[in-house]
Amino acid sequence: MAKRRAFDVTTLPGFTTIAILAFVLLYAPIVTLVIYSFNGGNSVNQWGGFSLQWYAIAAQNEAVQDATARSLIIAVWASVISTTVATMAALGTTRRGKFKGQTIIYVIINQPLMVPEIVTAVSLLIFFSSVKVATGYSGLGYLILAHSAFCIPFAYLPIKARLEGMDTTMETAAADLYATPWQSFRYVTLPLLLPGVIAGAMLAFIISLDNVIITEFVKSAGQDTLPTYMLGQLRRALTPEVNAISTALLGLTVLILTLFVFVTKKWD
Amino acid sequence: MSRQTPGRSKGLNGWLLSTPALILLLLAASGPLLIVAVYSVLEKGDYSGVRWILSGEGWFRVLFEKDIFDHTISLADANLSIFWRSFKLSIATTVITFAFGLPTAWFIATRPAKSRAFWLFLITIPFWTNLLIRTFAIMEVIRNQGILNTFLMHFGLISEPIQILYTDTAVLMGMTYVYLPLMVLPLYAAIDRFDFRLIEAGYDLYASRWQVLRGVILPIIKPGIIAGCILVFIPSLGAYVTPRVLGGGKNMMIGNFIELQFGQGQNWPLGAALSTVLLLVVLVSLLVYTRASSRDNPNG
Repeated sequence: MAKRRAFDVTTLPGFTTIAILAFVLLYAPIVTLVIYSFNGGNSVNQWGGFSLQWYAIAAQNEAVQDATARSLIIAVWASVISTTVATMAALGTTRRGKFKGQTIIYVIINQPLMVPEIVTAVSLLIFFSSVKVATGYSGLGYLILAHSAFCIPFAYLPIKARLEGMDTTMETAAADLYATPWQSFRYVTLPLLLPGVIAGAMLAFIISLDNVIITEFVKSAGQDTLPTYMLGQLRRALTPEVNAISTALLGLTVLILTLFVFVTKKWD
Repeated sequence: MSRQTPGRSKGLNGWLLSTPALILLLLAASGPLLIVAVYSVLEKGDYSGVRWILSGEGWFRVLFEKDIFDHTISLADANLSIFWRSFKLSIATTVITFAFGLPTAWFIATRPAKSRAFWLFLITIPFWTNLLIRTFAIMEVIRNQGILNTFLMHFGLISEPIQILYTDTAVLMGMTYVYLPLMVLPLYAAIDRFDFRLIEAGYDLYASRWQVLRGVILPIIKPGIIAGCILVFIPSLGAYVTPRVLGGGKNMMIGNFIELQFGQGQNWPLGAALSTVLLLVVLVSLLVYTRASSRDNPNG
């Protein structure tokens, strides 16, 4: 058996070592950040025992409260809007065979994934700054619009994948039983598609919650979200408070991802 | 297909259902890109913004500068060094992430089916974690009182902290760190489809491990390699957050240079021209990618 293992064709020299090293390097900084967020001391440099004080300080900080509320409002709107339009687009572009202009639709939908975010951010700054002057409106709408558009490909991909994995026999059966197109969508297609829609909405939510660059360029004064607030804090020294906020956001991401895996696995 | 749908209505439905998404994207993603191109050929405004007069000044200033006194034209060295730094760091990031990414993807793909999902999940978490948080995390490690320096000093390898933060090395380490998952995932997808019996065949024909890697594995997973390299190279070239946080104000990349033109620099046409350049470089890379992958796979 030992001899057989030495001849295992899937083993390449050094690959396992480098892979383990990569995982260690990938997680060591994140783990450090998390540990230091529970630091009881006053500085980021010295360990002063376990404490939740920085979470308490962050939670009581009004700027953090406002930024958190704003981040959540934007992320909820952006994921609802992007998932809705992405579901429609996925229904329109899959399982019907190829049609004229399909490639153009793909390119436009996936465009936010291809264009460097800084370029999108700059273009939105230019565009929205003239719209702001022309309309006098400078509310959260711009951020919601920008986030919604940016999240579309992230919502679209899992929904499209789910649709491509579904066969059309159920809908054909529904049609044979005189269901109207709307009935067969509402009672057959949508329930089958739901895991994909939920997965898409989750990814869109994370992407919106994490967005830094576009938000930084589009936001008006006093419209900080959690990530832009943290970026702004960096002008001063790195504080344990930022560590605490980062850890909380990280926790939320891991939670959503675990749910995501659960949702996509369970229905299969 | 038992239900017959006339070809025209298929396409019509496809377009109709996609319309809301397309409107949103044209309004807040694709459309504004055209405005950038227009702004790049306008005259710069007094403080910010533009005057609606046609001008080549923005494009001229991408590469050249004019002396304010004697009007002599010379190459803008500061800009060139920023372009060179961006290019150099992006290539280095791509190479290093590949060196780590290939073994990592291979490792995951060769795990037993049960634990594979777990290892894949371990790669997915950093992938979806906020880029800013990951940049903070690496900053924590490399700063002067951070664990790396503390560790090295504790073991007497260095006597005083090495200044890594706010150097090009810091930016390179940061980009390698944040973009590694982008390399691993497409490589994994390619290796996952790989038929391991081919390796066996290679060994049966007396190939060495190195020959198997170079002659069998790498050519077959080439589309995954190209995809991974493009996925790392493009965001590296346009990086903004990582160089801003880890490079300090001095070690700018193109992304930061563009931002500067819309902030303190108050030169929107130059910023717009630089954005257009970045966009064109990315489009060319994508074209090269599509060409390369369609040549490898003529049927798909």
